[in-house]
Amino acid sequence: MTTTLTPTGRTPEPAPPASRRAAPVHVSPAARTTARQARALVMPALFFAIALTQIPFLVTIYTSFLNWNQLRPDDIEFAWFANYASLFTGSDFLPSLWATVTITGSSVVLSLIFGLLFAILLDRKFVGQGIVRTLMITPFLIMPAAGALIWKFSMLDANVGMVNVGLNLIGIPSVAWNTDFPAVTIVMLLTWQYTPFMMLILLAGLQSQSREILEAAAVDGAGPVRIFQTMTLPHLRQYIEIATLLGGIMLLQVFDPIAIMTKGTGGTKTLSYLLYERAFIGLDIGQAAAYGVVTVIITIVVATVALRTLFRVFMEGGTR
Amino acid sequence: MRRVRGSLLTVVTWFIALLFFFPVAWMVFTSFKSEGAAAANPPSIFTELNFDQYQAVFDRGMGSYLLNSLMASVGSTLIVLLLAIPAAYALSVRPIKRVQDVLFFFISTRFLPAAASIIPVFFILKTIGALDNINALIFLYAAMNLPIAVWMMRSFFSEVPIEIIEAAQIDGANLRTEMLRVVLPILLPGIAAVALICFIFSWNEYFLATLLTTFDARTTPPFLASFVDGRGQFLAVLSAASTLAVLPVVAAGWLAQKQLVRGLAMGAVK
Repeated sequence: MTTTLTPTGRTPEPAPPASRRAAPVHVSPAARTTARQARALVMPALFFAIALTQIPFLVTIYTSFLNWNQLRPDDIEFAWFANYASLFTGSDFLPSLWATVTITGSSVVLSLIFGLLFAILLDRKFVGQGIVRTLMITPFLIMPAAGALIWKFSMLDANVGMVNVGLNLIGIPSVAWNTDFPAVTIVMLLTWQYTPFMMLILLAGLQSQSREILEAAAVDGAGPVRIFQTMTLPHLRQYIEIATLLGGIMLLQVFDPIAIMTKGTGGTKTLSYLLYERAFIGLDIGQAAAYGVVTVIITIVVATVALRTLFRVFMEGGTR
Repeated sequence: MRRVRGSLLTVVTWFIALLFFFPVAWMVFTSFKSEGAAAANPPSIFTELNFDQYQAVFDRGMGSYLLNSLMASVGSTLIVLLLAIPAAYALSVRPIKRVQDVLFFFISTRFLPAAASIIPVFFILKTIGALDNINALIFLYAAMNLPIAVWMMRSFFSEVPIEIIEAAQIDGANLRTEMLRVVLPILLPGIAAVALICFIFSWNEYFLATLLTTFDARTTPPFLASFVDGRGQFLAVLSAASTLAVLPVVAAGWLAQKQLVRGLAMGAVK
C-alpha cells in the first residue's frame, strides 16, 4: 500500500504539464479507496469556492451583456456588447483605468522600495530588533477604514494634520493634501499599509540566504555593495516577484481609502470605485457588471504579463 | 569605526520605525484628549487625558458593531478551518490526481476581485431577504479567505514528516484517527497562523460590509466610515473609535507575531 502512496502534493514547484498525462500505473483497490477518501476531503472546499465565487462571476459576465438599469427594473433586455462598446465611447472608463494603473503602480513600487529598505535594516542584530519589527508590521494590521480616516483627518488635514506640523517645523508651509493632492494622499496611505507586507516577504528572502556563502564572498574581498548586487539581489528575485504579484493584486482591488478619503475625486476613481458608483448610485447594473468583468481581465493580465516583462528589465540592470 | 557605523545604523532604524509607527501612536494619544484639545493647532501635548471619548463611542452604539464584527470574523474563520484543513490534508499528504490543478484553482479564486461577484451576490441576497444579515457576511468572508487558507495550510502540512503518517497507517489507523490523533497536534501552530490571518482579513473587511449591511448586521469598518459625515469636531471621538476597532487585530498580531510572519511567508513563498 505504501508504495503507491507517492505524495504528489509535496513538491512546491508546479509539476511540468507532461507528467500529469503520464500513463496510469496499476492502482491497487486499496489505493483507489484512499484516493476516493482524499477526493471526498477536497470536495466540500471546492464546492464552496465554486458556489460562492465562480458562479456569481459567471452571472456577472451574463449581466454585463444586459441593458439593465434599476431605474427601469421592468425594462431589462439583452444588449450584446453595448456595455463594452460604451467603455470606450463613454468618458468614465479610460480615466478610471488610468487612475487604477497609476495608484496601484506607484503604491506597489513605493512600498516595495521601502519594504526592501526596512527588510535590509532589520536583517541584522541590534538592540530592540523585536520591538522595531513589531512597530513596523503594525500598519499592516490596522483596519484599512481606520487607517484611511486617521490619515485623512489626523495626519493630512490642512489645519491640524501632523504631516503639515512636521513640514512647518522644517520651514515648509502647510499643504492642503486632501483637496489639492487627493491621489497623493491615497498613495501615501497605501504605501504605509503595504510596506510591512512587502517587508515581511523580502525579510523571509534575506534570511533564507546562505550565511557561509556571503561570508566567503566577503573574505574574497567583495564589498557589501557588490555582494548585494551580485548575490543578494538575484537571490531575492523570486521574493520580489511574489511580493509584487500579491501586493499588486490586492492593491488593484483597493476600495476602502477611496470611498473614505476622496470619494473618487481628483483622479482617484479606480475601477472598483467606478463599479460601486455605477451600480449602487447610478443603478446602471449592466454597465457596472461590464466594469467588473474588465477588472478581472486586468487582474489576470497583471498577474501574467507584467511579472515577466517588468522584472527582466528591473533585475538585469545591475546583476549580469 | 565599524562599531560606530553599526550603532548609527541602529539609531537610523529606530528613528524610521518610530516615524512609521507615529500615526498609530498619535491616534491612541488623541483618543484620550478632549475634542477641543484634539483640534488645537499647534497640537496639544500636555493636556488633560481621560476616557470620555470612549464613553461617547459606546453611547453611539459601537458595542453592537464590534459584536457583529466578532461574529462575522469568528464564524467565517471556523467555516474556513472546517473546509480548509481536510482539503489541504488531501492535497498534501494523500494522493490525489491533479493536485496542481486544484491548487491553482483555489489560488485563482483569491485573485478574483470582489467586484467580479458583488452584483449577483447583492441581488441574490436581496431576493432571498438576506441583506443586512450577519450569516450572509459569514459565508462570504469564508469564501473570501478559503483559498489563502488552503494554500497556507498545505504548506504547513507539507512539513509534517510522512513517516509519522505512514507509521499510523501501518498501525491500522483509519482516516479519522489518522487526522485527529496524528496529524492535527503537529499542525496546531499552523492552524493558529491560518486562523489568525483569516480573522484579520474578515475583521478589517469594508467593501462587502458596507454594501451588504445597513444596521442589524453592520460591522465596525462601515460604522467608522460614518464619522466622515459627522458635523463639528470629531477627531478625538473618531480616534477613540478607531483605537477600539484596531485593538483586537493589533493585539492578536503582536502576540502571535511569530505565527503571523511564518504564515505570511509560507502562504506567499511556497
